Amino acid sequence: MKGTIHQLPRAKKTQQLCYRLRIKEAMNKKVLTLTSGHTMTDVRRVLRDHRISGVPIVESGRLLGIVSIEDLINCLRSGAMEKAVKDVMTTEVVTLFADEPLVQAIDKFGKHGFGRFPVLDRATGKVVGIMTKKDIIHCLLKSLQSLYHAKEGRRKPPLETSRLVTDFPSDGTALTLKYTVKGGDFRKAGEKSDQLKESLLKLGYSDDEIRRLIIAVLEAEMNLVIYTAQGEIRVQIEPRRISVKVTDDGPGIPDIELAMRPGYSTAPDFVRELGFGAGMGLPNIKSSTDEMKIESFPGMGTNLEFSVVLR
Amino acid sequence: MTLGEVVKALDLKVLVGQDLLGTTVAGGYASDVLSDVLTHSGKGYVWITVQIHPNVSAVATAKDLAAIIITNGRSPEAETLRKAEQKKIPILASPWSTYKVAGKLYELGIE
Repeated sequence: MKGTIHQLPRAKKTQQLCYRLRIKEAMNKKVLTLTSGHTMTDVRRVLRDHRISGVPIVESGRLLGIVSIEDLINCLRSGAMEKAVKDVMTTEVVTLFADEPLVQAIDKFGKHGFGRFPVLDRATGKVVGIMTKKDIIHCLLKSLQSLYHAKEGRRKPPLETSRLVTDFPSDGTALTLKYTVKGGDFRKAGEKSDQLKESLLKLGYSDDEIRRLIIAVLEAEMNLVIYTAQGEIRVQIEPRRISVKVTDDGPGIPDIELAMRPGYSTAPDFVRELGFGAGMGLPNIKSSTDEMKIESFPGMGTNLEFSVVLR
Repeated sequence: MTLGEVVKALDLKVLVGQDLLGTTVAGGYASDVLSDVLTHSGKGYVWITVQIHPNVSAVATAKDLAAIIITNGRSPEAETLRKAEQKKIPILASPWSTYKVAGKLYELGIE
């Protein structure tokens, strides 16, 4: 068994859930109750209208007793339907606490054979819910279903890039994605990095693996939008390394050293008001990547290259 | 602490993501400068800002933030809401200032 990850069978998962889930997660919070002054005719109406087989008797939140369908049948037979609930109810009620594990409820159903247990808040002693077998089954099914969905969601397709390598023999195969970014279109800034993120997730990379890269691409995309008429982002994807080339024929950066200094910016005010152009883009790209190179000639545009090694 | 509990404690209006309030909040960050948020926020953080344009959801997606809280009673642009909806980024709104929202969150133990 050492060093292997093995999957628990469904039944064992259910058992685990019974210990992990709390009564309050499974109980029905809408408790129908009556007070001690009600008659058995009232009980009959409540049980019939709501198709339930028992009702707790509660006054100002405190549990006084419980009346079951059996008590009702007895009263029907002896013609005692006008009897007050307090003269019929069982006062020694088996209850559950809201903070107990679900397994406690299952135990009590097994032990006592009752159809329902009122659930009390441990601190206040007040009735906060009611538990039937149906509630337990519902809760377990729902939890199993969401466990199942969570697992499905996490399962990523295998990295197809490795298949590319075997299909096209070479010393190295990479997938290139190209994005064109229009300048000045602030509302769309971020769209391409979003698309890239989606694609990388589809390829099987995890959010955590690619976060640094996406931040750098988003910064580069915002730079293209702020400063150029149009630019291009080329992303080259190798299994463990992603390299990005960003090119434009915009105004160029006269002093790269200055542009790399955090806080230095030539962005106009309206751009800054939108939260862009704070002079942090290039420094941010540098700190988010493993390698970065930039060359620029005023009037001829800028070439920016960076890459991220995936660990 | 979950987003739902934050919403309740600060009486936030949920503009997007009513079904995403189960997310656990890992931390918080307040800033209106996008690059700053990209650098200093983290996965699962709530981001407090007055920015209402559609790019906020791009920033939130890039950093896998838990939610955006828009302050000073500002209403996000329709496009912002549409994008957030699509990217499953909850957008919450408060009439309070960024300062006050951040203070309240800190008080709740979100750092």
